[in-house]
Amino acid sequence: MTRTLRGKAAVAGVGQTTYYKHGQSPDAESKLALEAIVNACVDAGVSPKEIDGFASFSNDRNDGPRLAAALDCKELRYSNMFWGGGGGGTAGAIENAAAAIACGIADCVVVYRSLAQGQFGRFGRGAQVRHVSGDAAHTVPYGLMSAAQMFAMKAMRFMHDYGIRQEALRAIALASYTHAQSNPQAIMHGRPLTEEQYDASRWIVEPFRLFDCCQENDGAAAMVLVPAERAKDFAHRPCYVLGTASGGPNRSAAPVHNAPLYGSSHFTTVAKHLYRMAELTPNDVDVLQSYENFTGGVLMAMVEHGFCAAEEVNDFFVLDNLLAPDGRLPLNTSGGNLAECYMHGLGLTIEAVRQVRGTSCNQIDGAEVSMMIAGPMVTPVSSVIFGAESTL
Amino acid sequence: MDLSKPLPTPTPTSAPFWDGLNDGVVRLQRCNACGGWIFYPRSRCSHCLSDDIEWHEVSGAATLHTFTIARQPTAPQFADEVPQILAVVELEEGVRMTSTLVRVTEKAIEIGMQLEPYFDRVADGVTLLRFAPR
Repeated sequence: MTRTLRGKAAVAGVGQTTYYKHGQSPDAESKLALEAIVNACVDAGVSPKEIDGFASFSNDRNDGPRLAAALDCKELRYSNMFWGGGGGGTAGAIENAAAAIACGIADCVVVYRSLAQGQFGRFGRGAQVRHVSGDAAHTVPYGLMSAAQMFAMKAMRFMHDYGIRQEALRAIALASYTHAQSNPQAIMHGRPLTEEQYDASRWIVEPFRLFDCCQENDGAAAMVLVPAERAKDFAHRPCYVLGTASGGPNRSAAPVHNAPLYGSSHFTTVAKHLYRMAELTPNDVDVLQSYENFTGGVLMAMVEHGFCAAEEVNDFFVLDNLLAPDGRLPLNTSGGNLAECYMHGLGLTIEAVRQVRGTSCNQIDGAEVSMMIAGPMVTPVSSVIFGAESTL
Repeated sequence: MDLSKPLPTPTPTSAPFWDGLNDGVVRLQRCNACGGWIFYPRSRCSHCLSDDIEWHEVSGAATLHTFTIARQPTAPQFADEVPQILAVVELEEGVRMTSTLVRVTEKAIEIGMQLEPYFDRVADGVTLLRFAPR
């Protein structure tokens, strides 16, 4: 018997809070989490009391037991954390939720992420420490402490190896900003970006300019998953989990930049597992949400998911190819982490579901297969493919 | 706020590396069981998990694996170093280290360029291993 999650679970509801610039949420992080979860339940048409499982990632501070008590859940059957930093676990949390449902561990699992950086501090800032040991002793004293710096060096190597031009990164940034202009929820709604503005923007850490780097935001997002056989009991067009995969290739987390495959987003093995489970190929994907921590990660992740060869990047990554509704592969259709909101990828995941439902602000006509790629360049990374009923 | 830069704290496992830098030499661990070179310092081989590993003095000759020029400091302590030329270098033995490049102009930096160690005494008894063009 084939072991698979294909078609075993479905997304019944999605929810989010207002998205804020970092540090500007009037509410505490736990309150944001609860609000997003309740909103996802309202969207699905289920009572929060029916939730019996919680799955999150990136060491979210709001643990399942606490939320279950706050929501007065009838019982708690599943409380799960996907290890790893950044947004590498966005799809991994969905994987864990779907796995719990498929195995009969729980019946109504919510995936969520909440961030209030005013309450807890920013990601992009180096830690203020005086003495370091272990692997950090070989990075931090040299001033190497932020994600931007670490990932810039991976992108730099990949771009060097394949002769990739800055314009490819620019196209990714412009796609997000263009799509955000149709999304009133997006932080950058009403703030379009031109090629000239991109080219004139300041370098943060080469090859990343300001607009190559994600925002940092406050807010929360959530998604309710249920068994596939119940998928039609809810308000929206069913959105099934067709495949998930997570992890990374051999020693991709080797400390001090010693991963054997360096210029990589760490999806080389993960993408194969994803397509195998979904029983699909890159050509079947109608629309893609690909996590922009930095544009360079999007580029490598899309190559490693087989959307184009590394040698073809300069030709593939032009704005027209990436725009809804008619581009070759519409990308980050609600504005993504760059221009909608940085909710550690859960905003992108909700958009992937909206595309299957047919309710995106930049809807792809007849979208049936919708992919989300999470957190390139960290380990573990993860990705998920959703599908409409016709894909089962 | 203390604006001193963070410094490495040697451990019993890593002390030979940091002591070597104070003496102007680069030392790496090598596994006696499989011959693999190891970095960062640890108590078992990263290739075959043997604990039969030994320190060796090496030349420190390296090539530039990748780099970036960081134009925004991520911590106030490093504001005086901006633009930082951050680098990943690959030593002849095949292990990689993160460092910064010195004695080089931005225009001259090229992935694959040949590098040699530069021992930078940053505090009493603390030397960082930077790299310069060879």
